[in-house]
Amino acid sequence: MSRALIVHQAGPGLTVQDMGRHGYLAFGLSRGGAADRLALEEGAALLAQPVLPALEMAGMGGEFEAGEDIRIALTGAPMRASIDGARVAWNASHLLPRGARLSIGAVERGSYGYLSVGGGLACEERLGAQSAHLAAGLGARIVAGDRLPVGPDKGDRVGMTLDVGGRLDGGAVRIVESLQTDFFAPEERARFEATRFTRDSRGNRMGVRMVPDGAGFESEAGLSVLSEIIVPGDIQVTGDGTPFVLLAESQTTGGYPRIGSVLPTDLPRVAQAPAGATITFSFVDLATAHEIERREATRRKGLRGAARPLVRAPQDIPDLLSYQLISGVTAGDDLEEA
Amino acid sequence: MSEAGANDWPKIRTVGVDGLLVSFGDRLSEAANRAALAFRGALDRNGPEGIEETSTSLVSTYLRYDPIAGDPEAIRAGVAELLGDKDWYAEALPEGRRFWRIPTLYGTDLAPQLEEAAEAAGMTAKEAVRSISEARVRVQTIGFAPGQPYLGALPEAWNIPRQSQLTDQVPVGALVVAVRQLVLFSVSTPTGWRHIGQTAVKLFRPDSDTPFVLRPGDEVQFDPVDRATFENLQQSGPDGGATSEAVA
Repeated sequence: MSRALIVHQAGPGLTVQDMGRHGYLAFGLSRGGAADRLALEEGAALLAQPVLPALEMAGMGGEFEAGEDIRIALTGAPMRASIDGARVAWNASHLLPRGARLSIGAVERGSYGYLSVGGGLACEERLGAQSAHLAAGLGARIVAGDRLPVGPDKGDRVGMTLDVGGRLDGGAVRIVESLQTDFFAPEERARFEATRFTRDSRGNRMGVRMVPDGAGFESEAGLSVLSEIIVPGDIQVTGDGTPFVLLAESQTTGGYPRIGSVLPTDLPRVAQAPAGATITFSFVDLATAHEIERREATRRKGLRGAARPLVRAPQDIPDLLSYQLISGVTAGDDLEEA
Repeated sequence: MSEAGANDWPKIRTVGVDGLLVSFGDRLSEAANRAALAFRGALDRNGPEGIEETSTSLVSTYLRYDPIAGDPEAIRAGVAELLGDKDWYAEALPEGRRFWRIPTLYGTDLAPQLEEAAEAAGMTAKEAVRSISEARVRVQTIGFAPGQPYLGALPEAWNIPRQSQLTDQVPVGALVVAVRQLVLFSVSTPTGWRHIGQTAVKLFRPDSDTPFVLRPGDEVQFDPVDRATFENLQQSGPDGGATSEAVA
C-alpha cells in the first residue's frame, strides 16, 4: 500500500471527514461529516474532482509523508504549511512528491483546516461513509503511525488557487425561525438579534457555545417540553439562557428549546469562528433562506471554474533550477530549413 | 403552551430551512406516539415527491426535503393533505414489532443510583426493582445517540425529574430513569438521568448487518439477574443475553 498518506505527527483533532451520512436520523445517528463542508468543496474544486473524504484538522495539523506522488489541496482555516521546509500556499493545490515531508502547524485564523488528496482518502467505510463520528463511536482520531490509503487519482493538475470569501473570524450569521421559535417572546427574539455573542472556548464538532454580552435568553416553554428532533444549525438555549449552535455531530433529539436555526450557507462561519470571535444573528424568512441556499448552491457549482493558476514569485520556488523556464530555444536556423 | 385546546393538534411546523415537523401533541401519550409512527409510515409510502428522509420523535413525525431541487410549498401542501386523510390517533402500531427480554443487574456499584431513584419515586430499592422489572415498556422513539431507545411509559410514581447535575459518564448498556421513561444507553455519555441498572447488550453495532437493534414500537422487559449471571452475560457477545420474539 504505497499509495498512502503516512502520519508521522498528528494534532489532537484529526479525523477523516466527508459529507457525512444521510438517512440515519430515525436511528438516532446525526449526519456528521465535515464541520466546514464548504472547505471540502473548495478542496474538490482545486483538485478538479468530486468531493471525496479528506483529513479534517481541528486547530492543529501534523506531519505527513506521501507513499508515492500525490496531489494535495489545503483549504479551510489557514495553517502554516511547508513541504520539505519550503512554505506552501493555503487555499491551493500542490504536488506532494513521494518521500517529501508535509508539515502543517497551528491555525492562523479560524478553527478547522482541511487536507484533501487527489483520489480522496480510501479508508474503511462504515454505514456508507468514511467520516468519523466520534460521538456515535464511529471511526477514530488519526494518530501518529497511521497510514491512510489514498484512492486512484485521475487528475494531474497542481498549482491552482481559489479566492475564498471571509468566514473565519465570526461575523453576521443568518437564521430562520424553527419549530420552537415561538417559545420565545417577540422582545426576546428582538434582543437575540441585537445581541453580540462571543464564541466561547467550549466548542467542538457537536456544537459551540455563544456567550451573550448581556443577559441570557428565557423561553416560556417551562420544563415540561418534550425532547424533539434536532438538526445541525439549531440554536438551543440551555438552562442558564446561553445559546449553543449545534454542528455536524449534534445529537438527534434534545429537550432544550431552540430559538432558531442557522442557514446551511452560514454554518461554516459558525464552525470556523475561533474562541473569542464576535457573532451576531439575524432572522430571514424561509423564502429568503431558500433563495440564499439556491444562490450558494450555484456559486459552489462554479468553484471548479473559479480555480486559477497560482502565480509564484521565483524566490518562492525552492527547486527553481529544475523547471524548464525557457522553451522553444533552437539553433536559429530552423525557419530557413523549412 | 400546554393549555392549547385539542384543535391545535396535529400541527405542522418548519424545522430549519429544509424540514417539516408534524406534531400530534405537546405531551407524551400513547395515541400521539402511535400517530407519529403511523404518519411516518404513510409519508414513506405515499408522501409527496421530494421527501429525502423521515423519522419520528416521541409525538412527532419529521421529514427533510431538498429546498433547492424540490418545491417547498408543494411538499407542505402534500403533507397537509395526507394529514387530513384520516384520524392518525386511531392507527395501529407498525407491524414487525418484537418483544425483548433484557437481563439487567439492578443497583450495586455498577448502577449506583438505584436507591436515590427509588427514594425519589417513594419506594424502597426492592420495590423499585419490582416496579421497573415488571413493567413491559415500549420503544417510543430512537434518538439522541445511534440505536438508543426512549422507553415508556412507567407507572406514575416514576414521574421523577432529571438530576440538576449531569453524571459525567455512564457506560454502554446503562439503564437510566426519569419522567416515567427509561433510556438504555447505546454509547457512553454524560446524562442527567439516574443510573439504576446495567445491561450487557450493545444496541449499536456499526459493523453488523443490523447496526441498530431496537425499533420504535418494540416492547422490552428488563429481567433482574444477579452479579455472577451478569458477568457471564458480559462475556457472551453483543446480545448480552437479550432475547426477542415477534409480537405483531
